[in-house]
Amino acid sequence: MVRVVRTKVEIEGRTHEEVVVVEGEEPAAWAAGELHHVGQATVRVDGVERVTGSARYTSDMQLPGMLYAAVARCPHPHARLRSLDTRAAEALPGVRAILTHENAPPIPWHGKASRVFDTELRHEGDEIAAVAADDPETAERAARLIRAEYEVLPYVIDAEVAMRPDAVQVHPDGNVLKDEDGNEGETYTRGDVAKGFGAADVVFEGRFSTAAQMHNALETHGSVVAWDGPTLTIYDSTQAIFNVRNRLAQSLGLPLTDVRVIKNYVGGAFGAKLGAYKQTLIAALLARSTGRPIHLMLDRRAENLVAGHRAPSIQHIKVGARKDGTLTALEMRIICPIGAFGMWAPSVGGPAKEMYTIPNMHIQTFGVRVHTGSHSAFRAPGYVEGAVALEGALDEIAAQLGLDPLAIRLKNYAAKDPGSDQAFTAKHLDECYRRGAERFGWAGLRKDLTAARKASGAGSAGTALLRGIGMASQNWGGGGGPTAQALCRINSDGSVDVQCGSQDLGTGTRTVLAQIAADALHLGMDRVRVLLGDTDKPYAPLSGGSMTVASVGPAVRMAADEARKQLLEIASAFMDTAPDRLEIRDGRIVRQGQADRSMSIADVLKEIGDYQIIGKGFRGPNPPEIIRTWGAQFAEVTVDPVTGHVQVVRMTGVYDTGRVINPLTYTSQIHGGIVQGMGLAVTEGRTLDPTSGKSLNANLEEYKLPTIADLPQIDVTWIGEPDFQANHLGAKGIGEPPIIPTPAAIANAVADALGVRVFDLPITPERVLTALAGGMA
Amino acid sequence: MAEEIQLRVNGQAHNVTLPATRTLLDALRGDLGLTGTKKVCDQGQCGACTVLRDGMAVYSCLTLAIECGDSEITTIEGLAAPDGTLHPIQQAFLDCDGLQCGFCTPGQVLAAKALLDRRPQPTAADITRGMAGNLCRCGAYPGIIRAVEQAAQRGAGTSPAHSQAGASGGG
Repeated sequence: MVRVVRTKVEIEGRTHEEVVVVEGEEPAAWAAGELHHVGQATVRVDGVERVTGSARYTSDMQLPGMLYAAVARCPHPHARLRSLDTRAAEALPGVRAILTHENAPPIPWHGKASRVFDTELRHEGDEIAAVAADDPETAERAARLIRAEYEVLPYVIDAEVAMRPDAVQVHPDGNVLKDEDGNEGETYTRGDVAKGFGAADVVFEGRFSTAAQMHNALETHGSVVAWDGPTLTIYDSTQAIFNVRNRLAQSLGLPLTDVRVIKNYVGGAFGAKLGAYKQTLIAALLARSTGRPIHLMLDRRAENLVAGHRAPSIQHIKVGARKDGTLTALEMRIICPIGAFGMWAPSVGGPAKEMYTIPNMHIQTFGVRVHTGSHSAFRAPGYVEGAVALEGALDEIAAQLGLDPLAIRLKNYAAKDPGSDQAFTAKHLDECYRRGAERFGWAGLRKDLTAARKASGAGSAGTALLRGIGMASQNWGGGGGPTAQALCRINSDGSVDVQCGSQDLGTGTRTVLAQIAADALHLGMDRVRVLLGDTDKPYAPLSGGSMTVASVGPAVRMAADEARKQLLEIASAFMDTAPDRLEIRDGRIVRQGQADRSMSIADVLKEIGDYQIIGKGFRGPNPPEIIRTWGAQFAEVTVDPVTGHVQVVRMTGVYDTGRVINPLTYTSQIHGGIVQGMGLAVTEGRTLDPTSGKSLNANLEEYKLPTIADLPQIDVTWIGEPDFQANHLGAKGIGEPPIIPTPAAIANAVADALGVRVFDLPITPERVLTALAGGMA
Repeated sequence: MAEEIQLRVNGQAHNVTLPATRTLLDALRGDLGLTGTKKVCDQGQCGACTVLRDGMAVYSCLTLAIECGDSEITTIEGLAAPDGTLHPIQQAFLDCDGLQCGFCTPGQVLAAKALLDRRPQPTAADITRGMAGNLCRCGAYPGIIRAVEQAAQRGAGTSPAHSQAGASGGG
């Protein structure tokens, strides 16, 4: 019997209501005493494949008769395609097919704003043609031989310019995204801002900005596709196999049964691979016209032009506080250029709305279309950027009032959600602060640095390294929710496979799910295989929004629980004992209290022949309370006043995300978030040439990813208290939380070191020296 | 222009005909099906395609296949033993979680191998220098450093790749 219930689900900072189909009963909260694998540091179950090179990623797929494809792209930020001449490309030996707007079906893309090959090209890298050839070199050469004539059109890449009424229009409906009522931008209000500022003793006002951060996953986006009769199989470098399936089925007019999407391994994603990209459709069309499988991976340049990025942000922020540090009001005006086809604005205002008890607030967020490739989700989109302004403003207020930055955060600590006054399922952020400050040595360092600065004379233009410390807070969802389904199958030899259409991005999902299944089955992990990344498996959501553990984990536990119960019910027939008097111990089925009365699982299964025991599990609804993850980070930096170089010396991170399933991969997630956040803070940013509208660093040489030489000392710990109100595992996500406070904490530490704030990220040497010069003028 | 050459990879000789412009990376992946070596930037900027050429770490995307006729190439597929026993460096990357998505891992492991062959007991600065040419976008650097340290402690610097051991044993 299935039932239908409604529940709230949060993803990427946005909450919506979802209908859940519920069947049977979810298991009860999982007590620590029942666990042998969950909670233990566990080496990845697919680690051997990853260290031996035998893991097959999408780009490694080689199918019989496969052709390689390359895409010809528009070099201008905005142009109309006048004519195409493909004759030279066609004449190249080994070229098997060329698709352009003239011979490809006009399949809509980017909603209805464009189509697979358009003649109005709205960003550098927009697709004009694609070639399939016998080998990659021929495909690339042919793509270069396609001659295109353009009418070059005026463009706009600056969001503030694009907001002006006389700006060049990216689309006929205007450059600024509209809210449900048709107004430009999104507006959030609570309390009375004017009154709030009236009650303030001090006010800080500033303009922060963050740059476009490129994901640059090491495996580019791409697909390997093959038709088998009416059925399309797609190997895709994605974090959302079901989204890709839905989109391709819709675009090609196929039933879902005829599209299968497989992703066994993906070489990084970070939010940029949450849906189908145009190259997958192009590959499917080329495969159809040639009758051969197609391998189409983006090159590094295209990856940087068309495969998404963290939208830049401009954030005007104003914060008021009373003398004791109580925050009274906050105002923000946020502008994010979202590229030519962006459909949403990142939740840059999220941290301001949720982090502290600020009673009066007015936030406006403008998503602005410009002539660049579209933005996409990037690990906690909006919150990373928003934390920079919010946490920076808090430090500025604290400095005006002579307060410890940590003290002002505790002063405005939100025990309930400040917007809705609803309770959280769990919040131990105060404990994160306390432990973090202690491990980092916050109070002692603050005292030492203050004393040292007094001794050396503040503002002296020396050449000695400047040292500073800073901290920042983090909140995010990560509670997950329905829909997620799983199967657990016990084979006739006693081996177990868990089947679920989730994806392991390198986050450790397979390992965590194997730990959960093994504990639910009361078996060792060596018996359990977790099969993911295939739309032939039951539905699981995209792997993003820090939601996998909390969404898929409970479904897997329930499926494995069901399978174990069935096994015991079957055993009861052969052991002449009620199933509830039986248990699994060391691979045997044992009568409780009578260790001598037992039967091996293999013997029980032998009795039932080829019958496969199949347990079903699903993710149940969320509770009415608000589910959040929490954390605090502390940063120590040195700044060279001569070169302007910022060195992040040390980071401490303390996290509260409920129960930790696998401390080994959990720690790796935090390391990764901190390293990526450090990139955003000090080195990473797309550089657009204002005079041509083109990217100047669409590569890994001039776009500066953090290297091993940039690595700070990183100290990580967690609270680990299970959040059973959130779900019966008590676990929440850690994918995104660790990147959120990092840039803010580093920017605050740099401001502490310099005695003057750099408001624009990345904090490049040039910006440091400019700030120092301004500070000394 | 197609050229016929012999490529010696992981102790095995392969006769291949390929264009003079083909990189060692494309030859390994496309012609020999050794897809453990990854193409990431194809411009010598990231280190993911690192292989050993006569024991030295090289970027296979910046090496033409036809240059390698006289060389012994070791790829990630040549490191573990045929029975699946991991090379100590691979085992260390696994134990220390010196990876996340794993796409840079083959290059990282071979860079570590070249480093430890050269300096069996590396200092922290040696590790940073030896591994700085290999980007990891997941940020698994702390685990990578621990893995190189662990591998060094376990004497990986004196442990040949399986294919190297086989080649020297036979020759």
